[in-house]
Amino acid sequence: MAFREYKIGCWMFGIALSTSMFVTIFLPGLDISAVSSTDIALEKQLTYGHESGFSYEDPFLSGAGKPIKVVLTKDPMNGSPMDKTNAYVFEAGTPFPSGLTHTHVLGEKVKNLSESKGRIGSANEDQGAVFLVRLDEASDTPYIENASATRGWTPEKVLAAADQTIMAGSGKTMFVREGCWWCHTLLPEQTQDWQSFGRPPMLGDFNGESPTTFGSDRKAPDLLHVGARNSSREWMMLHFFNPRLVQSHSIMPRYDYLWGDKDAKGNPIDLKAWDEAYMKYAAGETPYPPEVPVPADNSDARYLIDFVLNLK
Amino acid sequence: MLKYLFAKESEIPQGTTAIFFGISSICWFIIGTGLGSFNAAKLAFPDWYHGLYWLQFGHMRQVHVHAVIFGWIAMAFAASMMYITPALGNTKLWSEKLGVWNCLLYNVGLCLALALLWSGVTSGREYSDHIWPIDLYIAFVMVLPWCVNVWMTIIHRRTQGIYTSNWFFAACMFMTVIVFLVGNLPEFFHLTGLNEAYMTWWFAHNILGLLITPVAAAITYYIVPKITGNPLYSHRVGHLHFWSIVVFYSTPAAHHLMSSPLPEWLKSFASVEGVLILVPAIAYVCNILLTMQGKWSMFVNNVEIKFTITGVLLAIPLNMQGGFQQTRAINWYIHGTGWIVAHAHLALLGFSTFAEAAAVYYGLQVLLRRKLYSLSLANLHFWTLLIGFSLYWTSMTIAGLIQGAAKIYEVPYVDVVIAEHPYMIVRWLGGTLVFLGNIVWLYNMYMTARYGDEVPAGRQPAELAYVR
Ligand code: HEC
Ligand code: HEM
Ligand code: HEM
Repeated sequence: MAFREYKIGCWMFGIALSTSMFVTIFLPGLDISAVSSTDIALEKQLTYGHESGFSYEDPFLSGAGKPIKVVLTKDPMNGSPMDKTNAYVFEAGTPFPSGLTHTHVLGEKVKNLSESKGRIGSANEDQGAVFLVRLDEASDTPYIENASATRGWTPEKVLAAADQTIMAGSGKTMFVREGCWWCHTLLPEQTQDWQSFGRPPMLGDFNGESPTTFGSDRKAPDLLHVGARNSSREWMMLHFFNPRLVQSHSIMPRYDYLWGDKDAKGNPIDLKAWDEAYMKYAAGETPYPPEVPVPADNSDARYLIDFVLNLK
Repeated sequence: MLKYLFAKESEIPQGTTAIFFGISSICWFIIGTGLGSFNAAKLAFPDWYHGLYWLQFGHMRQVHVHAVIFGWIAMAFAASMMYITPALGNTKLWSEKLGVWNCLLYNVGLCLALALLWSGVTSGREYSDHIWPIDLYIAFVMVLPWCVNVWMTIIHRRTQGIYTSNWFFAACMFMTVIVFLVGNLPEFFHLTGLNEAYMTWWFAHNILGLLITPVAAAITYYIVPKITGNPLYSHRVGHLHFWSIVVFYSTPAAHHLMSSPLPEWLKSFASVEGVLILVPAIAYVCNILLTMQGKWSMFVNNVEIKFTITGVLLAIPLNMQGGFQQTRAINWYIHGTGWIVAHAHLALLGFSTFAEAAAVYYGLQVLLRRKLYSLSLANLHFWTLLIGFSLYWTSMTIAGLIQGAAKIYEVPYVDVVIAEHPYMIVRWLGGTLVFLGNIVWLYNMYMTARYGDEVPAGRQPAELAYVR
């Protein structure tokens, strides 16, 4: 580097690049990290668990290691009726979301409440736990309650008492793996999407979610509130199996392979035969399309449908 | 190739690394555009082929993007740097052996990375889709050895000054490593939420702005003066270009996220900085076009200049479009539509690909010491690329405007899908043309290596007349 100019140049380069990174990474980082989790962020964290992309627990994105969202209408301890409540069940060994393990994700107030009133400090991944999202009326602040500590609700009891189990956490993994976010966004735009796609998210709505997969290209409707527009499980089932069954102009791919080998009744699924029958129908040779099998409870398709319907 | 892996440094002929990188890049170009054309067919005719369930759009899209960016663009860069850097330093490549290993491990790593993406093993973050073990492999096994070779060659140069292209090469490789490691921090340290989303785009923006844009420009800074014989119009303007890239292009990452709830100051800041990118853009385009003074006939006669200058001319609408589309007044209309896809292809398939193709054409002829086999095939390649790209760009821009209009009028989304259908077909046809043109290119290069006329020592391939 014999030239003195090059030494000066290297210094200037270093200063320019560091300043740029200070302004574009450090300052925004401070600003974004200062925002508290909203109740939506808390619900998302507890629904989707630790991480929906590649992780140690789930290297091949099969949907393993995710919490289960359940809907309760009776108390798991004594069976007496209670208001409809969403509980988030982390069975023993299910990794906790960032909000419970990292200090800065919840935000100061939410964290203090979750620790003092919600007793999240006593929750333990190895034993599992059940969480609720609660609102502190006095300060109008949402917080996480560790129902295993406050009410003695163990994962087993809550699962046994559940009216409905929603595998939306595993479903989000499918959403990431299958690349739904190359066509769909999860981000109604702030300027003009209110009418068609609903309320745009706010700054604190993403705390603790990873990855956010809100997408940059949109070739299809925004899905952030799709469950509120269309809550029909039957429609979703047909639509995922072959979108052209319900929307003849759709360019969405078929997701029939997510059904696995067996349907809900344990009958084998023959995609080839189905496809042949469907092609006859599409060519106008038969009046009705072949029947769509109901997905098994532990099939990827079921997870995905749960995820989509849970987007309210 | 294999025989060089364990050969002594002195036994490996100069230019070997560049040749391997060059040939690999052409192969990846074919694979990448083939995948692109395949994806485009899926978007036009979703049930067109059925039964191949593992060839899903959602899995193949990122494979296309990474095959063209890491396979074609980055490897064409590597090929160019491996011969341009030593040529400008009047020396030889620091280590051909390191280079040959680098090329082998690059190809192996890329195959592995794409296979994982294909099977759905992803981090779920656009442009940094690779999982973090692969990120580390890319940074330390694929990119760092390449940097070392470039830096050491520059340090061991036998000229006093460093020519413009070489500043860019050295600095951009450094910035690439930094951007790669910093941009993937969210994955290494499990950052979440908007921090993660913002860092994802910080990464994507800076890879485009601190690697692809300036290196493509640096290549043309070499090719144009070298082939035309004109000196670079102005080194001062080159300085302006260099420093404004470093200062302005590294800052507007948030303009990719104008519709997300990021802090408002950040979006405004990004929007202003984004317009300032026009400084390096204009400096660069003027510098190259003024270098062409008196030699414009070569734009028609010489195929490398034809490619390069077409790329530079495409940089004009590219940057105008960029500066325009990222203002708040416009961005809400075209964000997330086909318009952006068109812009992305204008950048990568238009501007940068044309510049790199010229460098690979020229480099392989010089290094193999053989004159291009067929000028007609090269011209055919040029026109398929240009026509294919134009069809692609025009159709996607129109599709994007339709989508934008639909945002205002809130039509049911499926009507947008129906309205876009013809443009999806045109995009597919255009892209397929590009893919077919690339196969012609590979054939032409193969025939050049085999049967091209020998270029005598001390002569330029461009100086020889075509016999065929
Ligand atoms: C090639 C792009 C593409 C991909 C990939 C894709 N979709 Fe779609 N999707 C569409 C289009 C276009 C529509 C609108 C037409 C229709 O209803 O089918 C749609 C509609 C939908 C709807 C109904 C939306 C509404 O407003 O009623 C849902 C739900 C949906 N997709 C979910 C998914 C999920 C989940 C995945 C991933 C497994 C996915 N899509 C992958 C293109 C795509
Ligand atoms: C003045 C110059 C430029 C400006 C201001 C600019 C601005 C932008 C903006 C704002 C977007 C995002 C739009 C949106 O999603 O709403 C974008 C996308 C993109 N730009 Fe540029 N651009 C410029 C030049 C370039 C150049 C030189 C390249 C590459 C060589 C490039 C490559 C891309 C790509 C690939 C995308 C697509 C990203 C995606 O996947 O969404 N741009 N550009
Ligand atoms: C060297 C050439 C090419 C490069 C560098 C390139 C690069 C890219 C990039 C960066 C994207 C992401 C765009 C975005 O997110 O905004 C993309 C998407 C895409 N490309 Fe290419 N591409 C090339 C050639 C082609 C060709 C020849 C085709 C064939 C039609 C093609 C078809 C597609 C398709 C269909 C998508 C998906 C777009 C979408 O999701 O809407 N590409 N490409």
